[in-house]
Amino acid sequence: MSVLVYIPTHEGRATKVGLEVASYAATISSDNKVVALVSGDLTEDGGIGSTGVSRVLHFEANISDNSQISKLVSAAAKAEGAQTIVLSGNNEGKAIAPRVAISLNAGYVPGVTSTTGGKSFTRNVFSGKATAIVNVQADISVVTITPNSFGIKVQGDSSAIIESFSTEVGDERVTLNSFTPTSTDGSVPLPEAVRVVSAGRGLKGPENWGIVEDLAKALGATTACSRPVGDMGWRPHHEHVGQTGITIRPDLYIACGISGAIQHLAGVNQSKVIVVINTDPDAPFFKAADYGIVGDVFEVLPKLTEAIKAL
Amino acid sequence: MKLLVCVSKAPDTTSRISFTDEGRSFDESGVQFIINPYDEWYALVRAIELVEANGGSVTTITVGDASCDPIIRKALAIGATDAVRVDTTPKDSTQVARLIADYSKNEGFDIILCGKETIDHNSSAVPAMIAECLDLPYVALATSLEVSGSESTIVTEVSGGTNNVTVSGAFVLSAAKGMSEQRIPNMRGIMSARTKPLKVVEATDVTQTTEVTEFKLPPAKGDCVLVDADNAEELVRLLREEAKII
Ligand SMILES: Cc1cc2nc3c(=O)[nH]c(=O)nc-3n(C[C@H](O)[C@H](O)[C@H](O)COP(=O)(O)OP(=O)(O)OC[C@H]3O[C@@H](n4cnc5c(N)ncnc54)[C@H](O)[C@@H]3O)c2cc1C
Repeated sequence: MSVLVYIPTHEGRATKVGLEVASYAATISSDNKVVALVSGDLTEDGGIGSTGVSRVLHFEANISDNSQISKLVSAAAKAEGAQTIVLSGNNEGKAIAPRVAISLNAGYVPGVTSTTGGKSFTRNVFSGKATAIVNVQADISVVTITPNSFGIKVQGDSSAIIESFSTEVGDERVTLNSFTPTSTDGSVPLPEAVRVVSAGRGLKGPENWGIVEDLAKALGATTACSRPVGDMGWRPHHEHVGQTGITIRPDLYIACGISGAIQHLAGVNQSKVIVVINTDPDAPFFKAADYGIVGDVFEVLPKLTEAIKAL
Repeated sequence: MKLLVCVSKAPDTTSRISFTDEGRSFDESGVQFIINPYDEWYALVRAIELVEANGGSVTTITVGDASCDPIIRKALAIGATDAVRVDTTPKDSTQVARLIADYSKNEGFDIILCGKETIDHNSSAVPAMIAECLDLPYVALATSLEVSGSESTIVTEVSGGTNNVTVSGAFVLSAAKGMSEQRIPNMRGIMSARTKPLKVVEATDVTQTTEVTEFKLPPAKGDCVLVDADNAEELVRLLREEAKII
């Protein structure tokens, strides 16, 4: 089965989500017919060969408009006769992939979390409250994978062959005026974070977030919050996780002073390990947790931070 | 300005999710349906605000059967001018997007607004697909939208931050939190919604490209291991040695 994977890059290297989609593509193609597609700056093979992908198509121009990238991906898919096209389910991939599906008359399956093989894919639905097995009825499948659901699998230190690829992608119609990074401390963006420390109304006020940030820093984690915390302006909106916020699936989710309402759980219950710290032993979150401490965040968090630092 | 807002029906966020028909269909019995929150709170309200400030109309479009009419009436009560329902039971996002594109291609909408995703299928697919069908620019995950003449300036969520972008002419947008505040319909809105036009149109011939063969509930979690509040070291040990996560 021939697979085309579009790999986002940063300063010439495949990004973390880029390496993850490459790893995934390498596993679904049994006969290793995976071709990677990259646009813009690329230094050597950008690290892509390490995932087992042996060919990279390189489109030299830097393009960021989703209509242009989708034209590029569709053209490469046609040129390669790809039956499956894989993109990351990050913010950019979610805007590009559906366009590709329409343009190729393909079936679209977003947020794939596991493959059943062939044209059948498993994905989360109902904000993580259920999963669905989706069968593609068209000849071509376009899928995205949720960041951090497969991980990066390094196969060795081989490098991929680079082939130049060009096609007509049309004009840029969305003009970028400026970019503002959400974090200035270099922490991983929330949707891609492997570890997350999240806090709710139990923190009592924005001035108390120091203990949350200290724990996050000690763990190399990204911070998140419950909806009321975002709504009250204690924390920025982009930290709000849950059914009406971001859905995440980190390896470790530590919930501090969050009750565990159904809408909150919907966004985080796919986390691999959940730790809950709450004064109320009856807080619903404990039912969804792997580990818990019934206690006051103001006492527990500093101690936990110290214990982590002592490792 | 002439705006189109895509509005879909979604199960209330507190709904218990269960399935019938050997796991093939969502069990709707006892489920309360609402307007998909992203469509309502962000896309619809922002469209209404823009028309209040600049004049024009807000049309809503829904692909669905007559069971969608109550939520369409609610959108009209919140302040939409009129509504269209494409009369079919939607099968997948490709079909929904193609039906909306088929309806809107000759209508000359300035902006087509959608919520960033539905809370049932969470696909975030329909807006990008409509844009592709109509060959329009698409701005995803918008948290603010300002329109001046034919120029729109939008703030969008991208990996690692936000972009400020400009688009000229017609485009499709998906709305995320920050765009506007929820509006509760008032009595006047509710009364006037009853007589606002709700046009039912036949679905064009568009087929689905995917099919859900089975829904499953996640396996139940095992019991939570409780650690004493004074023993943070024990929690760290468990995370390291048992969960092997740090
Ligand atoms: C349509 C809809 C959509 C929603 N979407 C979301 C969503 O996406 N995300 C989301 O988070 N919510 C969402 N909500 C809101 C949700 O229902 C809850 O209201 C919300 O998650 C509660 O936030 P919280 O846990 O921070 O606050 P609370 O429910 O007030 O809980 C605070 C918790 O902190 C504990 N606590 C207090 N003091 C301490 C202390 N010193 N130490 C330790 N623990 C302490 C308390 O025991 C309590 O359990 C939604 C609601 C609706 C109706």
